[in-house]
Amino acid sequence: MDPNFLNDLALFANEIWIARYALLKGLGVTLSISALAILAGSVLGIGVALGLVYGPRVLRAVIRVYVDIVRGTPVLVLVLASYYIFSTVGLDLGPFQAGVLALAVFCSSHIGEIVRGALQAIPPGQAEAAKAIGLTFGQTFSSVLWPQALRQILPTWVNTAAEMVKASTLLSVIGVAELLLRTQEIISRNFLSLQFYFLAGFLYFLINFGIERLGKYVERKTAVPS
Amino acid sequence: MNKPLLEIKGLRKWYGAVEVLKGVDCTMAQGEVISIIGSSGSGKTTMLRCINMLEEFQDGQILLDGEAIGYEEHPSGRRRKSEKEVARQRALTGMAFQQFNLFPHMSAAQNVMLGLVKVKKMGRDEARTLAEQWLGRVGLAARADHYPGQLSGGQQQRVAIARAIAMNPKLMLFDEVTSALDPELVGEVLQVIKGLAAEGMSMLLVTHEMRFAYEVSSRVIFMNKGVIGEEGDPKEMFVRPRTERLAEFLKTSSFQ
Repeated sequence: MDPNFLNDLALFANEIWIARYALLKGLGVTLSISALAILAGSVLGIGVALGLVYGPRVLRAVIRVYVDIVRGTPVLVLVLASYYIFSTVGLDLGPFQAGVLALAVFCSSHIGEIVRGALQAIPPGQAEAAKAIGLTFGQTFSSVLWPQALRQILPTWVNTAAEMVKASTLLSVIGVAELLLRTQEIISRNFLSLQFYFLAGFLYFLINFGIERLGKYVERKTAVPS
Repeated sequence: MNKPLLEIKGLRKWYGAVEVLKGVDCTMAQGEVISIIGSSGSGKTTMLRCINMLEEFQDGQILLDGEAIGYEEHPSGRRRKSEKEVARQRALTGMAFQQFNLFPHMSAAQNVMLGLVKVKKMGRDEARTLAEQWLGRVGLAARADHYPGQLSGGQQQRVAIARAIAMNPKLMLFDEVTSALDPELVGEVLQVIKGLAAEGMSMLLVTHEMRFAYEVSSRVIFMNKGVIGEEGDPKEMFVRPRTERLAEFLKTSSFQ
Protein backbone atom coordinates (compact mmCIF):
# COMPACT_ATOMS: atom_id res chain seq x y z
CA MET A 1 0.00 0.00 0.00
CA ASP A 2 1.10 3.57 -0.68
CA PRO A 3 3.11 4.65 2.38
CA ASN A 4 1.88 8.24 1.93
CA PHE A 5 -1.72 7.11 2.29
CA LEU A 6 -0.92 5.22 5.48
CA ASN A 7 0.85 8.29 6.79
CA ASP A 8 -2.18 10.47 6.05
CA LEU A 9 -4.45 7.95 7.71
CA ALA A 10 -2.29 7.89 10.83
CA LEU A 11 -2.27 11.69 10.89
CA PHE A 12 -6.06 11.81 10.54
CA ALA A 13 -6.48 9.25 13.30
CA ASN A 14 -4.19 11.24 15.51
CA GLU A 15 -6.15 14.46 14.85
CA ILE A 16 -9.41 12.68 15.64
CA TRP A 17 -7.89 11.52 18.90
CA ILE A 18 -6.79 15.07 19.77
CA ALA A 19 -10.25 16.44 18.91
CA ARG A 20 -12.16 13.55 20.51
CA TYR A 21 -13.74 15.57 23.31
CA ALA A 22 -14.75 18.40 21.00
CA LEU A 23 -16.30 15.90 18.58
CA LEU A 24 -18.16 14.00 21.27
CA LYS A 25 -19.46 17.20 22.84
CA GLY A 26 -20.61 18.40 19.42
CA LEU A 27 -22.29 15.08 18.77
CA GLY A 28 -23.95 15.23 22.19
CA VAL A 29 -25.27 18.74 21.54
CA THR A 30 -26.56 17.72 18.09
CA LEU A 31 -28.31 14.72 19.59
CA SER A 32 -29.92 16.79 22.35
CA ILE A 33 -31.05 19.53 19.98
CA SER A 34 -32.56 16.97 17.63
CA ALA A 35 -34.21 14.89 20.34
CA LEU A 36 -35.70 17.93 22.10
CA ALA A 37 -36.89 19.51 18.86
CA ILE A 38 -38.45 16.27 17.61
CA LEU A 39 -40.11 15.53 20.94
CA ALA A 40 -41.45 19.03 21.56
CA GLY A 41 -42.32 19.41 17.89
CA SER A 42 -44.27 16.15 17.87
CA VAL A 43 -46.23 16.97 21.01
CA LEU A 44 -46.97 20.45 19.69
CA GLY A 45 -47.73 19.01 16.25
CA ILE A 46 -50.32 16.60 17.65
CA GLY A 47 -51.94 19.56 19.36
CA VAL A 48 -51.89 21.46 16.06
CA ALA A 49 -53.54 18.51 14.29
CA LEU A 50 -56.22 18.09 16.96
CA GLY A 51 -57.03 21.77 16.65
CA LEU A 52 -57.15 21.58 12.86
CA VAL A 53 -59.39 18.52 12.76
CA TYR A 54 -61.67 18.88 15.78
CA GLY A 55 -61.30 22.50 16.87
CA PRO A 56 -63.98 25.18 16.54
CA ARG A 57 -63.83 27.35 13.45
CA VAL A 58 -61.91 30.25 15.02
CA LEU A 59 -59.23 27.98 16.48
CA ARG A 60 -58.88 26.21 13.15
CA ALA A 61 -58.33 29.49 11.36
CA VAL A 62 -55.70 30.63 13.87
CA ILE A 63 -53.80 27.34 13.67
CA ARG A 64 -54.04 27.32 9.89
CA VAL A 65 -52.33 30.73 9.76
CA TYR A 66 -49.65 29.54 12.19
CA VAL A 67 -48.93 26.41 10.15
CA ASP A 68 -48.84 28.20 6.82
CA ILE A 69 -46.54 30.94 8.06
CA VAL A 70 -44.13 28.56 9.76
CA ARG A 71 -44.04 26.17 6.83
CA GLY A 72 -43.46 28.99 4.40
CA THR A 73 -40.51 30.38 6.32
CA PRO A 74 -36.94 29.06 5.88
CA VAL A 75 -35.73 27.28 9.01
CA LEU A 76 -32.67 29.53 9.16
CA VAL A 77 -34.93 32.57 9.33
CA LEU A 78 -36.90 30.95 12.17
CA VAL A 79 -33.67 30.23 14.03
CA LEU A 80 -32.37 33.78 13.64
CA ALA A 81 -35.77 35.28 14.49
CA SER A 82 -36.12 33.16 17.59
CA TYR A 83 -32.64 34.15 18.77
CA TYR A 84 -32.77 37.88 18.03
CA ILE A 85 -36.45 38.79 18.33
CA PHE A 86 -37.12 37.37 21.77
CA SER A 87 -34.21 39.29 23.24
CA THR A 88 -35.71 42.58 21.98
CA VAL A 89 -38.85 41.94 24.02
CA GLY A 90 -36.79 41.19 27.10
CA LEU A 91 -37.07 37.42 26.97
CA ASP A 92 -33.47 36.36 26.95
CA LEU A 93 -33.18 32.88 25.56
CA GLY A 94 -29.71 31.41 25.18
CA PRO A 95 -28.71 30.27 21.71
CA PHE A 96 -29.45 26.63 22.60
CA GLN A 97 -32.97 27.32 23.89
CA ALA A 98 -33.76 29.75 21.08
CA GLY A 99 -32.54 27.26 18.48
CA VAL A 100 -34.45 24.34 19.92
CA LEU A 101 -37.58 26.49 20.10
CA ALA A 102 -37.26 27.47 16.44
CA LEU A 103 -36.75 23.88 15.35
CA ALA A 104 -39.62 22.63 17.53
CA VAL A 105 -41.96 25.22 16.03
CA PHE A 106 -40.87 24.25 12.54
CA CYS A 107 -41.25 20.57 13.37
CA SER A 108 -44.72 21.12 14.86
CA SER A 109 -46.07 22.62 11.64
CA HIS A 110 -44.91 19.61 9.64
CA ILE A 111 -46.00 16.99 12.18
CA GLY A 112 -49.29 18.86 12.51
CA GLU A 113 -50.01 18.52 8.80
CA ILE A 114 -48.95 14.87 8.76
CA VAL A 115 -51.17 13.97 11.71
CA ARG A 116 -54.08 15.99 10.33
CA GLY A 117 -53.85 14.11 7.05
CA ALA A 118 -53.70 10.75 8.81
CA LEU A 119 -56.71 11.54 11.01
CA GLN A 120 -58.76 12.77 8.09
CA ALA A 121 -57.88 9.71 6.02
CA ILE A 122 -59.63 7.41 8.50
CA PRO A 123 -63.06 6.48 7.11
CA PRO A 124 -65.87 8.27 9.02
CA GLY A 125 -67.46 4.88 9.66
CA GLN A 126 -64.75 4.15 12.23
CA ALA A 127 -65.79 6.98 14.51
CA GLU A 128 -69.46 6.16 13.91
CA ALA A 129 -68.98 2.53 14.89
CA ALA A 130 -67.18 3.64 18.05
CA LYS A 131 -69.95 6.09 18.88
CA ALA A 132 -72.57 3.44 18.21
CA ILE A 133 -71.20 1.21 20.96
CA GLY A 134 -71.30 4.14 23.34
CA LEU A 135 -67.71 5.37 23.37
CA THR A 136 -67.19 9.02 24.25
CA PHE A 137 -65.10 11.22 21.96
CA GLY A 138 -62.01 10.78 24.14
CA GLN A 139 -62.36 7.00 24.14
CA THR A 140 -63.03 6.97 20.41
CA PHE A 141 -59.91 9.00 19.79
CA SER A 142 -57.57 7.04 22.02
CA SER A 143 -58.78 3.53 21.18
CA VAL A 144 -59.92 3.79 17.59
CA LEU A 145 -58.66 6.86 15.75
CA TRP A 146 -55.21 7.50 17.20
CA PRO A 147 -53.88 3.92 16.87
CA GLN A 148 -54.88 3.94 13.20
CA ALA A 149 -53.45 7.39 12.57
CA LEU A 150 -50.18 6.46 14.27
CA ARG A 151 -49.54 3.63 11.85
CA GLN A 152 -50.11 6.02 8.96
CA ILE A 153 -47.86 8.67 10.41
CA LEU A 154 -44.83 6.58 11.24
CA PRO A 155 -42.97 6.54 7.88
CA THR A 156 -43.42 10.30 7.34
CA TRP A 157 -42.58 10.99 10.95
CA VAL A 158 -39.21 9.27 10.48
CA ASN A 159 -38.61 11.53 7.51
CA THR A 160 -39.39 14.65 9.49
CA ALA A 161 -37.19 13.49 12.38
CA ALA A 162 -34.27 13.06 9.97
CA GLU A 163 -34.95 16.54 8.59
CA MET A 164 -34.73 17.94 12.10
CA VAL A 165 -31.34 16.33 12.66
CA LYS A 166 -30.10 17.95 9.47
CA ALA A 167 -31.69 21.28 10.38
CA SER A 168 -29.87 21.25 13.72
CA THR A 169 -26.71 22.27 11.81
CA LEU A 170 -28.31 25.70 11.28
CA LEU A 171 -27.89 26.41 14.97
CA SER A 172 -24.17 26.83 14.29
CA VAL A 173 -24.91 30.31 12.91
CA ILE A 174 -26.16 31.52 16.29
CA GLY A 175 -23.16 29.99 17.99
CA VAL A 176 -24.51 26.72 19.34
CA ALA A 177 -21.50 24.42 19.52
CA GLU A 178 -23.12 21.46 17.84
CA LEU A 179 -21.35 18.93 15.66
CA LEU A 180 -20.92 21.13 12.59
CA LEU A 181 -19.57 24.14 14.48
CA ARG A 182 -17.20 21.89 16.44
CA THR A 183 -16.03 20.35 13.19
CA GLN A 184 -15.35 23.78 11.71
CA GLU A 185 -13.36 24.75 14.78
CA ILE A 186 -11.31 21.58 14.53
CA ILE A 187 -10.66 22.19 10.83
CA SER A 188 -9.52 25.75 11.50
CA ARG A 189 -6.84 24.27 13.75
CA ASN A 190 -5.57 21.35 11.64
CA PHE A 191 -6.77 22.27 8.09
CA LEU A 192 -7.92 18.70 7.41
CA SER A 193 -11.16 20.00 5.88
CA LEU A 194 -11.89 17.10 3.57
CA GLN A 195 -11.38 14.48 6.26
CA PHE A 196 -13.30 16.19 9.03
CA TYR A 197 -16.25 17.28 6.91
CA PHE A 198 -16.44 13.71 5.72
CA LEU A 199 -16.36 12.50 9.31
CA ALA A 200 -19.14 14.93 10.31
CA GLY A 201 -21.22 13.80 7.35
CA PHE A 202 -20.72 10.20 8.37
CA LEU A 203 -21.83 10.91 11.95
CA TYR A 204 -25.02 12.66 10.70
CA PHE A 205 -25.66 9.67 8.51
CA LEU A 206 -25.31 7.34 11.48
CA ILE A 207 -27.84 9.30 13.53
CA ASN A 208 -30.39 9.30 10.73
CA PHE A 209 -29.73 5.68 9.91
CA GLY A 210 -30.47 4.87 13.56
CA ILE A 211 -33.73 6.85 13.42
CA GLU A 212 -34.73 5.05 10.26
CA ARG A 213 -34.00 1.61 11.74
CA LEU A 214 -35.98 2.51 14.86
CA GLY A 215 -38.90 3.62 12.68
CA LYS A 216 -38.82 0.39 10.69
CA TYR A 217 -38.71 -1.62 13.90
CA VAL A 218 -41.75 0.15 15.37
CA GLU A 219 -43.55 -0.19 12.04
CA ARG A 220 -42.95 -3.94 12.05
CA LYS A 221 -44.02 -4.26 15.68
CA THR A 222 -47.28 -2.39 15.14
CA ALA A 223 -48.17 -3.87 11.75
CA VAL A 224 -51.73 -5.20 11.55
CA PRO A 225 -51.95 -8.76 10.19
CA SER A 226 -53.96 -9.09 7.02
CA MET B 1 -100.84 -2.91 26.49
CA ASN B 2 -97.24 -2.74 27.67
CA LYS B 3 -95.23 0.42 27.36
CA PRO B 4 -93.77 0.54 23.83
CA LEU B 5 -90.03 -0.01 23.45
CA LEU B 6 -89.62 2.71 20.87
CA GLU B 7 -91.80 5.69 20.10
CA ILE B 8 -91.04 8.12 17.31
CA LYS B 9 -93.19 11.22 17.27
CA GLY B 10 -93.18 13.79 14.49
CA LEU B 11 -89.53 13.20 13.62
CA ARG B 12 -88.22 15.84 11.24
CA LYS B 13 -84.76 16.32 9.86
CA TRP B 14 -83.20 18.72 7.43
CA TYR B 15 -79.85 18.63 5.67
CA GLY B 16 -79.48 22.35 5.15
CA ALA B 17 -82.57 23.34 3.23
CA VAL B 18 -83.48 19.81 2.21
CA GLU B 19 -86.05 18.15 4.40
CA VAL B 20 -85.32 14.42 4.46
CA LEU B 21 -87.67 13.36 7.24
CA LYS B 22 -90.99 15.15 7.12
CA GLY B 23 -92.69 14.01 10.28
CA VAL B 24 -92.30 10.31 10.99
CA ASP B 25 -94.50 8.66 13.62
CA CYS B 26 -93.94 5.09 14.62
CA THR B 27 -94.32 2.84 17.63
CA MET B 28 -92.54 -0.40 18.25
CA ALA B 29 -93.22 -3.00 20.92
CA GLN B 30 -90.68 -5.09 22.75
CA GLY B 31 -89.58 -8.08 20.68
CA GLU B 32 -90.84 -6.74 17.37
CA VAL B 33 -88.83 -7.15 14.19
CA ILE B 34 -89.54 -4.30 11.81
CA SER B 35 -88.11 -3.98 8.32
CA ILE B 36 -87.88 -0.56 6.78
CA ILE B 37 -87.98 -0.61 3.02
CA GLY B 38 -88.12 2.07 0.38
CA SER B 39 -86.14 3.50 -2.51
CA SER B 40 -82.86 5.29 -1.87
CA GLY B 41 -83.33 8.82 -0.66
CA SER B 42 -86.60 7.97 1.06
CA GLY B 43 -85.04 8.64 4.47
CA LYS B 44 -84.97 5.10 5.86
CA THR B 45 -81.28 5.05 6.80
CA THR B 46 -81.48 8.59 8.14
CA MET B 47 -84.36 7.61 10.38
CA LEU B 48 -82.38 4.66 11.72
CA ARG B 49 -79.35 6.87 12.38
CA CYS B 50 -81.45 9.40 14.28
CA ILE B 51 -82.41 6.70 16.78
CA ASN B 52 -78.81 6.43 18.01
CA MET B 53 -77.97 10.08 17.39
CA LEU B 54 -75.50 9.44 14.59
CA GLU B 55 -77.66 12.07 12.95
CA GLU B 56 -79.00 15.13 14.68
CA PHE B 57 -82.69 15.85 14.16
CA GLN B 58 -84.38 19.20 14.34
CA ASP B 59 -87.88 18.40 15.44
CA GLY B 60 -89.91 15.64 17.01
CA GLN B 61 -89.07 13.14 19.68
CA ILE B 62 -87.61 9.68 19.92
CA LEU B 63 -88.39 7.76 23.09
CA LEU B 64 -86.54 4.55 23.84
CA ASP B 65 -88.10 2.72 26.76
CA GLY B 66 -89.69 6.02 27.73
CA GLU B 67 -86.41 7.92 27.70
CA ALA B 68 -86.06 10.89 25.32
CA ILE B 69 -83.09 10.32 23.03
CA GLY B 70 -80.61 13.09 22.34
CA TYR B 71 -82.61 16.15 23.32
CA GLU B 72 -84.51 17.45 26.29
CA GLU B 73 -87.26 20.01 26.49
CA HIS B 74 -86.59 23.18 28.43
CA PRO B 75 -88.87 26.13 29.01
CA SER B 76 -86.46 28.05 26.77
CA GLY B 77 -86.67 25.42 24.06
CA ARG B 78 -85.16 22.16 23.02
CA ARG B 79 -81.61 21.42 24.06
CA ARG B 80 -79.17 18.73 23.04
CA LYS B 81 -78.13 16.46 25.88
CA SER B 82 -74.49 16.44 26.97
CA GLU B 83 -72.00 14.43 24.95
CA LYS B 84 -71.56 12.03 27.83
CA GLU B 85 -75.30 11.48 28.16
CA VAL B 86 -75.67 10.96 24.41
CA ALA B 87 -72.83 8.40 24.54
CA ARG B 88 -74.63 6.55 27.32
CA GLN B 89 -77.87 6.55 25.31
CA ARG B 90 -76.11 5.28 22.21
CA ALA B 91 -75.05 2.21 24.15
CA LEU B 92 -78.73 1.39 24.72
CA THR B 93 -79.00 0.50 21.05
CA GLY B 94 -76.67 -1.61 18.94
CA MET B 95 -75.95 -0.91 15.33
CA ALA B 96 -74.57 -2.87 12.41
CA PHE B 97 -73.45 -0.93 9.36
CA GLN B 98 -73.43 -1.54 5.65
CA GLN B 99 -69.63 -1.26 5.58
CA PHE B 100 -69.14 -3.33 8.78
CA ASN B 101 -66.80 -0.66 10.21
CA LEU B 102 -64.75 -3.11 12.22
CA PHE B 103 -61.68 -1.58 13.83
CA PRO B 104 -58.89 -2.86 11.55
CA HIS B 105 -56.13 -2.67 14.17
CA MET B 106 -57.96 -4.98 16.57
CA SER B 107 -58.64 -8.70 16.41
CA ALA B 108 -62.23 -9.93 16.21
CA ALA B 109 -62.29 -10.54 19.96
CA GLN B 110 -60.78 -7.12 20.71
CA ASN B 111 -63.42 -5.50 18.51
CA VAL B 112 -66.14 -7.10 20.61
CA MET B 113 -64.35 -6.40 23.89
CA LEU B 114 -63.76 -2.68 23.35
CA GLY B 115 -67.24 -1.52 24.29
CA LEU B 116 -67.50 -4.04 27.12
CA VAL B 117 -64.28 -2.80 28.71
CA LYS B 118 -64.60 0.93 28.00
CA VAL B 119 -68.34 1.48 28.28
CA LYS B 120 -69.54 -1.37 30.50
CA LYS B 121 -66.33 -1.20 32.58
CA MET B 122 -66.05 -4.97 32.50
CA GLY B 123 -62.80 -6.70 33.46
CA ARG B 124 -60.70 -7.91 30.52
CA ASP B 125 -61.12 -11.60 31.36
CA GLU B 126 -64.86 -11.33 31.71
CA ALA B 127 -65.07 -9.31 28.51
CA ARG B 128 -62.93 -11.85 26.67
CA THR B 129 -65.19 -14.70 27.81
CA LEU B 130 -68.28 -12.84 26.70
CA ALA B 131 -66.67 -11.89 23.38
CA GLU B 132 -65.77 -15.51 22.69
CA GLN B 133 -69.28 -16.56 23.60
CA TRP B 134 -70.82 -14.12 21.10
CA LEU B 135 -68.29 -14.88 18.40
CA GLY B 136 -69.25 -18.52 18.90
CA ARG B 137 -72.89 -17.58 18.48
CA VAL B 138 -72.21 -16.04 15.08
CA GLY B 139 -70.13 -19.07 14.12
CA LEU B 140 -66.71 -17.50 14.45
CA ALA B 141 -65.28 -19.01 17.63
CA ALA B 142 -62.22 -20.15 15.71
CA ARG B 143 -61.62 -16.65 14.31
CA ALA B 144 -61.48 -14.75 17.61
CA ASP B 145 -57.84 -13.77 17.16
CA HIS B 146 -58.05 -12.99 13.45
CA TYR B 147 -57.89 -9.40 12.30
CA PRO B 148 -60.59 -7.88 10.05
CA GLY B 149 -58.16 -7.95 7.12
CA GLN B 150 -57.97 -11.72 7.49
CA LEU B 151 -61.74 -12.25 7.38
CA SER B 152 -64.23 -12.39 4.52
CA GLY B 153 -66.92 -9.74 4.21
CA GLY B 154 -69.55 -12.05 5.64
CA GLN B 155 -67.33 -12.96 8.57
CA GLN B 156 -66.55 -9.29 9.22
CA GLN B 157 -70.22 -8.44 9.27
CA ARG B 158 -70.91 -11.25 11.72
CA VAL B 159 -68.15 -9.96 14.00
CA ALA B 160 -69.71 -6.49 13.74
CA ILE B 161 -73.08 -7.92 14.76
CA ALA B 162 -71.46 -9.75 17.68
CA ARG B 163 -69.76 -6.50 18.70
CA ALA B 164 -73.12 -4.73 18.85
CA ILE B 165 -75.10 -7.56 20.47
CA ALA B 166 -72.50 -8.23 23.17
CA MET B 167 -73.33 -4.81 24.61
CA ASN B 168 -76.77 -6.21 25.40
CA PRO B 169 -78.73 -3.43 23.69
CA LYS B 170 -82.46 -2.95 24.10
CA LEU B 171 -82.83 -2.54 20.37
CA MET B 172 -80.68 -3.59 17.41
CA LEU B 173 -80.44 -1.39 14.34
CA PHE B 174 -79.32 -2.98 11.09
CA ASP B 175 -78.43 -0.59 8.29
CA GLU B 176 -78.39 -2.46 4.97
CA VAL B 177 -76.03 -5.00 6.46
CA THR B 178 -75.93 -7.23 3.40
CA SER B 179 -75.68 -4.54 0.70
CA ALA B 180 -71.86 -4.58 0.56
CA LEU B 181 -71.59 -8.36 0.52
CA ASP B 182 -71.02 -10.77 -2.34
CA PRO B 183 -74.25 -12.66 -3.04
CA GLU B 184 -72.87 -15.94 -1.72
CA LEU B 185 -72.04 -14.32 1.64
CA VAL B 186 -75.45 -12.77 2.24
CA GLY B 187 -77.00 -15.98 3.52
CA GLU B 188 -74.65 -16.47 6.47
CA VAL B 189 -75.37 -12.95 7.77
CA LEU B 190 -79.12 -13.24 7.32
CA GLN B 191 -78.99 -16.56 9.16
CA VAL B 192 -77.45 -14.84 12.19
CA ILE B 193 -80.11 -12.12 12.15
CA LYS B 194 -82.87 -14.70 11.86
CA GLY B 195 -81.47 -16.50 14.89
CA LEU B 196 -81.54 -13.29 16.91
CA ALA B 197 -85.09 -12.56 15.81
CA ALA B 198 -86.18 -16.01 16.90
CA GLU B 199 -84.80 -15.29 20.37
CA GLY B 200 -86.98 -12.23 20.73
CA MET B 201 -84.41 -9.51 20.07
CA SER B 202 -86.11 -6.24 19.12
CA MET B 203 -84.80 -5.18 15.74
CA LEU B 204 -85.18 -2.45 13.18
CA LEU B 205 -83.74 -3.38 9.80
CA VAL B 206 -83.21 -1.19 6.82
CA THR B 207 -82.97 -3.66 4.00
CA HIS B 208 -83.16 -4.26 0.30
CA GLU B 209 -83.65 -7.99 0.80
CA MET B 210 -87.38 -8.17 0.23
CA ARG B 211 -87.55 -11.93 0.58
CA PHE B 212 -85.80 -11.65 3.94
CA ALA B 213 -88.02 -8.78 5.09
CA TYR B 214 -91.01 -10.88 4.15
CA GLU B 215 -89.82 -13.89 6.10
CA VAL B 216 -88.36 -12.38 9.23
CA SER B 217 -90.35 -9.25 10.04
CA SER B 218 -93.45 -8.95 12.13
CA ARG B 219 -94.10 -5.62 10.46
CA VAL B 220 -92.83 -3.69 7.46
CA ILE B 221 -92.56 0.06 7.11
CA PHE B 222 -92.43 1.49 3.62
CA MET B 223 -90.71 4.87 3.59
CA ASN B 224 -91.53 7.24 0.78
CA LYS B 225 -90.14 10.78 0.40
CA GLY B 226 -89.46 11.30 4.08
CA VAL B 227 -92.69 9.93 5.48
CA ILE B 228 -94.09 6.49 6.18
CA GLY B 229 -95.96 5.59 3.03
CA GLU B 230 -97.47 2.40 4.28
CA GLU B 231 -96.97 -0.07 7.09
CA GLY B 232 -98.33 -3.41 8.09
CA ASP B 233 -97.95 -7.15 8.08
CA PRO B 234 -95.49 -8.19 5.35
CA LYS B 235 -97.72 -11.11 4.33
CA GLU B 236 -100.42 -8.56 3.63
CA MET B 237 -98.37 -5.65 2.30
CA PHE B 238 -96.21 -7.52 -0.18
CA VAL B 239 -99.13 -9.38 -1.64
CA ARG B 240 -101.73 -6.60 -1.66
CA PRO B 241 -100.04 -3.19 -1.44
CA ARG B 242 -102.57 -0.50 -0.62
CA THR B 243 -100.74 2.41 -2.20
CA GLU B 244 -99.63 2.77 -5.76
CA ARG B 245 -96.12 3.88 -4.68
CA LEU B 246 -95.53 0.63 -2.81
CA ALA B 247 -96.89 -1.44 -5.66
CA GLU B 248 -94.46 0.31 -7.99
CA PHE B 249 -91.57 -0.10 -5.58
CA LEU B 250 -92.24 -3.81 -5.13
CA LYS B 251 -92.37 -4.28 -8.88
CA THR B 252 -88.90 -2.80 -9.34
CA SER B 253 -87.39 -4.55 -6.32
CA SER B 254 -86.14 -8.10 -6.27
CA PHE B 255 -89.17 -9.50 -4.44
CA GLN B 256 -91.04 -11.97 -6.56
